[in-house]
Amino acid sequence: MRHIISILIENEAGALSRVAGLFSARGYNIESLAVAPTEDPSLSRMTLVTSGTDEIIEQITKQLHKLIDVVRLMDMTEGPHIEREMMLIKVRAQGENRNELKRVSDIFRGRIIDVTDQTYTIEMTGAGEKLDAFVQALEPGLIIEVVRSGVSGIGRGDRSLKL
Amino acid sequence: MELTGADIFVRALQDEGVEFVFGYPGGAVLHIYDALYRQDKLSHILVRHEQAATHAADGYARSTGKPGVVLVTSGPGATNAVTGIATAYMDSVPLVVFTGQVPTNLIGNDAFQEADNIGITRPCVKHNFLVKDVTKLAETIKKAFYVATTGRPGPVVVDLPKDITAQKATYHYPEKVSMRSYNPVQVGHAGQIKRAVSQLLAARRPMIYTGGGVILGNAAAALTRLARTLNFPVTNTLMGLGGYPATDPLFVGMLGMHGTYEANMAMHHCDVLLAVGARFDDRVTGNIDKFCPHAKIIHIDIDPASISKNVKVDIPIVGCVDNVLNAMLTELGNNRQQPDTVALGEWWKQIDEWRSRDCLNYDRDSDRIKPQYVIETLYRITQGDAFVTSDVGQHQMWAAQFYKFDKPRRWINSGGLGTMGFGLPAAMGVQFAHPDATVACITGEGSIQMCIQELSTCRQYSLPIKIINLNNGYLGMVRQWQEFFYQKRYAMSYMESLPDFVKLAESYGHVGMQITRPADVEGALVEAMKLKDRLVFMDFLTDREENVYPMIPAGGGQNEMILI
Repeated sequence: MRHIISILIENEAGALSRVAGLFSARGYNIESLAVAPTEDPSLSRMTLVTSGTDEIIEQITKQLHKLIDVVRLMDMTEGPHIEREMMLIKVRAQGENRNELKRVSDIFRGRIIDVTDQTYTIEMTGAGEKLDAFVQALEPGLIIEVVRSGVSGIGRGDRSLKL
Repeated sequence: MELTGADIFVRALQDEGVEFVFGYPGGAVLHIYDALYRQDKLSHILVRHEQAATHAADGYARSTGKPGVVLVTSGPGATNAVTGIATAYMDSVPLVVFTGQVPTNLIGNDAFQEADNIGITRPCVKHNFLVKDVTKLAETIKKAFYVATTGRPGPVVVDLPKDITAQKATYHYPEKVSMRSYNPVQVGHAGQIKRAVSQLLAARRPMIYTGGGVILGNAAAALTRLARTLNFPVTNTLMGLGGYPATDPLFVGMLGMHGTYEANMAMHHCDVLLAVGARFDDRVTGNIDKFCPHAKIIHIDIDPASISKNVKVDIPIVGCVDNVLNAMLTELGNNRQQPDTVALGEWWKQIDEWRSRDCLNYDRDSDRIKPQYVIETLYRITQGDAFVTSDVGQHQMWAAQFYKFDKPRRWINSGGLGTMGFGLPAAMGVQFAHPDATVACITGEGSIQMCIQELSTCRQYSLPIKIINLNNGYLGMVRQWQEFFYQKRYAMSYMESLPDFVKLAESYGHVGMQITRPADVEGALVEAMKLKDRLVFMDFLTDREENVYPMIPAGGGQNEMILI
């Protein structure tokens, strides 16, 4: 099963490599990983998407906890949460495709943020599935470039990951 | 007053109460060596290879419970130390390893003797630090000792760029450090302890299985009280030997791949298993699908990640093993539930029947020296009171089977990583910590050659280690597997062109002996022990094709042993 694990980690050089190294050393999957400092500059927040059986996820969270730099973590998928990912996608927008692409982008609530006579660059946020669906809705030949931020997650309501 | 980084380093180690630093100098650590030269509180022990520095510090740590300290230079100094760091990591030994680093402005430039020490050691340390600011040096050293010695212990590396050791800062060594990201659990969950005790009292065929955690956690006394109160059988892992007195009638021997018949059979048939400071290693469990098929499992460990890692447990208890065992003893006193003494009596009858199989028997009338006999004799002559280090292979298993350890911290071996070359340098660390004790290094002609250069260190510091070389001219454990599983195709498992170990020992200024007949074994050992201030290298030419029994072959369950 797919899990989103959020981690508060000391914002120190090498912290990211400890997490990445743990996953490669123990053979765990990482589907995506997003990292940035929080409002407290001494802390970074990582959102990590992984998958595995319940036993493997239990081991992953325990092993992450064991890293000295990890301050706190939460498996978002264990409770109500919001998941978002941002995508920038550059598409070939010429002739009749130009209007069609605008329409599809609108349906998915994308925003066209850069326009040339040859291309559109669309910005879109949503859960990973929605972004997948948008990419699939496009003719593959039209896609020039896809950039995805990786998933970020936050607990709903009172559920939060903080010190 | 402002001190240089090098002087801060030395002061911090002094304030930490460090006695010995095992190391080897080099360009990147010259400021530090100069600072060491200008003081006389810390003893620096010069080894002959950095791997040996880490093993020696490791032996010191395992035999005392105090952290071992290592100092090596950048690049090759640090990479040579990695084997020893990984050895300590696998066996949860507290080490603080200081590695030199090129000056900060050269880091990343492929400078002379530069290696990414933080990157290279990351997967085999509990934590590591790169010091980039001299004002943080003292605090970082404090943190390194704190992390290494608390919780589940382990090695910590501190990487010291050369320019940092020259820069100046005010020296202040913090008495305590706290880290918001690191707060190891101390006390076990009271409800879980209650449930565990109730489960133990309901057992009909109980078993206590304990590992290195009992030794690291100084819990041997509490374990002994608990086992005796309950009258339950106890088995130890390779790392756990000495955690329960081996001569006690409740002790059924080591378990696992080369464990006793009675220990493995009792594991297989038990209905309640109490695992204490053990990690269900594959050498213990055999085929995991066949492991303890009838048992409810209680697992006490300080490391939550060790619990339910390999084997799903029913009652996990996270905490210091000593605290938890004492809490269990208290709870036992309060619990009115009566144990099933009839069932327990039956269980002991069954265990005694397994014991009568005498699985460690060997041919005592052979005209060749049996390695088991050498260790039995060593045990007798040292009255079971020596510190015994070992290397890795058949001799290690025989030492574990035939030397009966009644006390913790007497049996020093590389169980997790299985590092050949560990025995001699580890014995040096033990001998430094216990200058008047008998320290025996049980080894083989394969292993001993992996760190043989340390005979020179032993000479320099007059370390009277007794080396028992069980020389069968084979990499015995490899050969045994090849005999059993590869139709005796002995690929590269023989040792040709061996040195004359007697002359080799003598050339280093030690005493060498070669023993070829069973009748001479005892005399040689007695004579060697009398040479109290000399290192004696005893080269025993043993039966070449002796095997270690019992053995659980790969894929086997604990009840599927190859017996003699």
